Amino acid sequence: MRSKDLSLYIHIPFCVRKCAYCDFLSFSAEDSLKERYIDRLCKEILNEAARYKDRYVISVFFGGGTPSVLRAEQTGRIMELIGSSFNISANAEISIEVNPKTADKEKFEIYKRAGINRISIGCQSLNDKELEVLGRIHRQEDFYRTFQAARDAGFDNINVDMMSALPGQTAADYESSLKKLLCLKPEHISAYSLIIEEGTPFFERYQEDALIRDKGGRPRYLPDEDEERRMLYLGRDILKDAGYHQYEISNYALTGYECRHNKVYWQRGDYAGFGLGASSCVDECRWKNTEDPDEYLSAGADELKQDIQKLDITQQCSEAMFLGLRLMRGVDEAEFAGRYGIEPSCLYREWIDRMMSERLMESADGRLTLTQRGQDLANYVWGGFV
Amino acid sequence: MTSQENIRNFCIVAHIDHGKSTLADRIIEKTGLLTEREMQEQVLDNMDLERERGITIKAQAVRTIYKAKDGKEYVLNLIDTPGHVDFNYEVSRALAACDGAVLVVDAAQGIEAQTLANVYLALDHDLEVFPVINKIDLPSAEPERVKDEIEDVIGIEAQDAPLISAKNGIGIEDVLEAIVEKVPAPKGDPDAPLKALIFDSLYDSYKGVIVFMRIMDGRVKKGTKVKMIATGATAEVVEVGFFGAGQFLPCDELSAGMVGYLTASIKNVKDTAVGDTVTEADRPCTEALPGYKKVLSMVYCGIYPADGAKYPDLKDALEKLTLNDASLFYEPETSIALGFGFRCGFLGLLHLEVIQERLEREYDLDLVTTAPGVVYKVYKTNGEMIELTNPSNLPDPSEIDHMEEPIVSAEIMVTKDFIGPIMELCQERRGRYLSMEYIEANRALLKYELPLNEIIYDFFDALKSRSKGYASFDYEMKAYEESKLVKLDILINKEEVDALSFIVHADSAYERGRRMCERLKDEIPRHLFEIPIQAAVGGKVIARETVKAVRKDVLAKCYGGDITRKKKLLEKQKEGKKRMRQVGNVEIPQSAFMSVLKLDEE
Repeated sequence: MRSKDLSLYIHIPFCVRKCAYCDFLSFSAEDSLKERYIDRLCKEILNEAARYKDRYVISVFFGGGTPSVLRAEQTGRIMELIGSSFNISANAEISIEVNPKTADKEKFEIYKRAGINRISIGCQSLNDKELEVLGRIHRQEDFYRTFQAARDAGFDNINVDMMSALPGQTAADYESSLKKLLCLKPEHISAYSLIIEEGTPFFERYQEDALIRDKGGRPRYLPDEDEERRMLYLGRDILKDAGYHQYEISNYALTGYECRHNKVYWQRGDYAGFGLGASSCVDECRWKNTEDPDEYLSAGADELKQDIQKLDITQQCSEAMFLGLRLMRGVDEAEFAGRYGIEPSCLYREWIDRMMSERLMESADGRLTLTQRGQDLANYVWGGFV
Repeated sequence: MTSQENIRNFCIVAHIDHGKSTLADRIIEKTGLLTEREMQEQVLDNMDLERERGITIKAQAVRTIYKAKDGKEYVLNLIDTPGHVDFNYEVSRALAACDGAVLVVDAAQGIEAQTLANVYLALDHDLEVFPVINKIDLPSAEPERVKDEIEDVIGIEAQDAPLISAKNGIGIEDVLEAIVEKVPAPKGDPDAPLKALIFDSLYDSYKGVIVFMRIMDGRVKKGTKVKMIATGATAEVVEVGFFGAGQFLPCDELSAGMVGYLTASIKNVKDTAVGDTVTEADRPCTEALPGYKKVLSMVYCGIYPADGAKYPDLKDALEKLTLNDASLFYEPETSIALGFGFRCGFLGLLHLEVIQERLEREYDLDLVTTAPGVVYKVYKTNGEMIELTNPSNLPDPSEIDHMEEPIVSAEIMVTKDFIGPIMELCQERRGRYLSMEYIEANRALLKYELPLNEIIYDFFDALKSRSKGYASFDYEMKAYEESKLVKLDILINKEEVDALSFIVHADSAYERGRRMCERLKDEIPRHLFEIPIQAAVGGKVIARETVKAVRKDVLAKCYGGDITRKKKLLEKQKEGKKRMRQVGNVEIPQSAFMSVLKLDEE
């Protein structure tokens, strides 16, 4: 039964160095802190596992930060604990995020032996100048080496993250990066556009520029809106031609390689997050671990959880809409009705009608989806369901 | 009973920050509240009652008792004057209630434009004006220079001016002695029919209106039937009394020369207009005191509740405010863009700001205010004249013969380095140069005539920024003059937004229109479609900007399953939408209506 499934998210907040655009919860740290963190993480996992005795784990995701900055045996230790304290489905998808220059063939081999079966590489660009601007620690050479090492270790399910709308980037630059990547034939590609997030060095640098762009003007460093759109459409076409299908707003995969863990988020499956700042959603209840490292390291089992929010049926329906619409398959009306007891076209009739008439949403085969234009203006569409 | 010989009615005039209120506080500290005889009469019981009811006097007037060096006890009535030019008329009435004025001048800064304006006003009222030099303890104090300046510029004797520091309590006795010596004692006829000047009033929910007055002739006590000459209102006096520091002190009778209050179960402050004369209903005085003026609103604007449902609350709040502020005018109006609201009239921009702030703070209202405008006189071809307070009511241009706008005479005091920039500013604001006098080597007094509608927006701000804060400014209403005025309309997505229309001089229309469009372009969020913003005069578009259609709006990132963060972003976006005004199919943020008030802040 569906409700017995569970996904696990493990947050590793460490990085070699923080990138200039990154607003994720991450930082660089001494070995001793990493060791203490893993001890605390294992204690948390062990504690929490008791709640999920009747669950089957269908996916595990090591995210960060850069999980691959841990020594291979540290990751192995966590994997071992997970394996012994949860019921892991035989075909579970177990992913780890890896950054170039932090993993070699040997590390990948240990991952493989530990049961990890999917690698997600944070490449972002195959243009050295762009990588430098982003503040990445690697250059394209490093990525090729890392990718090859993963392949050599036997990984046959690899994702690569790519970014568009970078400062100074043109559509041609982006195309060139994508084409280089396609030569390697990764199974999955995440293609995001850069967001200038508050609290990052990029915000200091490009905040004004982003404002000009968002008003439709001509920014100095960032690509303007037209160029940005061009990159997105170009990416979509190139990837499609290469046999990747878009299954989510920013995610593309070869047949059979959609990321199961990611889909759990959008389809509102249950997931338990462990580690600093990790989010969870189980039995229609959301919470988040503390984001304060000192507090995390010293807090007792129950003090970790913050912002505990029991979702009422209205919130569940609202989430189901704005999360479900991220997927290209959209929201299946019958499925929705079966799970929440009401048809979306009934609950949100006015808004859905308006979105249809504005050609931002469409309906086919009993499923509500975003149109191409709806994907571009997704926030606006989602806003009506909140 | 205190004889008139021992009464001194005075006020303190000063430029802002030169220490008027500090000096007032020191005077109150150094003096007593009651005469020795009153102390024996146990008025204290009544005072406690007042205290229980929590009535406190606005600081408009205070009676203190001072035992002078000549051994006699004097009653000193200090009457406060509002410090701002908006309240010029109130200032003049308060001055009329006095016999003398203490001029406070900052020992470091010397004379400022406002000092001059206030001194001239006091001299106009035949007050005995004598200077005191304050802040002599400042390292930058130059009392001798300031004394010379006072003599040169104002032409009053200043060599024996007390040198004081109100802040540190230095020289306060000298000020008190000077008051006793220099301010003339009142010379009213206690046996003549009652003649008293209203210089302020206050609404109290227990007692009704409390009238603040100076008795010129005659006497008044409980039971006297009084009449207000200008408004014609009559009432029977319930209570008379003095102003203690922070309390009302009831007494048996007020007579010629005294300053005090009366209550008479009067329900509306409008019946007790400032400047009106109080007399006896049965034995009226032969003529009213001179100088009564009906207070006219100088500046108008539309005030709307941000949330349309709060209209009754706004109405209620305005009603309550007018109980205490006879100069606030309001009437209901409707705007297509903003819904139901009120057209409100004010004495000036400061008055407007004060009321707006009180509505928001004391009544917890969220307001949208339209661009303030002045009263224009529109002469129609059919000979009719209308006073225009709302640009939307401007008749069709074909029916207009000509229009007139109010002009003020302005005095600007500025240090010589900034004369150029300030003259440029006045030029830009259609000012007519009258004269320039060097007050001293380093400072000049510029005199200009300026259209009022050019200074009600942000003239103060511009003046301050262009003079690095060194210019001071004062103005008074002069006359109406014919002017080439047009109505500037703003069209958003081809729809005229009535709340954004305003009257402007034809020569500034293009510039203003262009800047309005630019500003609005920044304020109006992008929609799914392109939005033209146009400025038009008489149907002809003179400026245009475009808010481009939104191309992309999506949060693609996945924060490790942190859905709450995404949800909050979407909720914030939605919350922002709620605070928008819908005009046609365009959502306009409230800030857009206000931002056009600040076109020159660049």
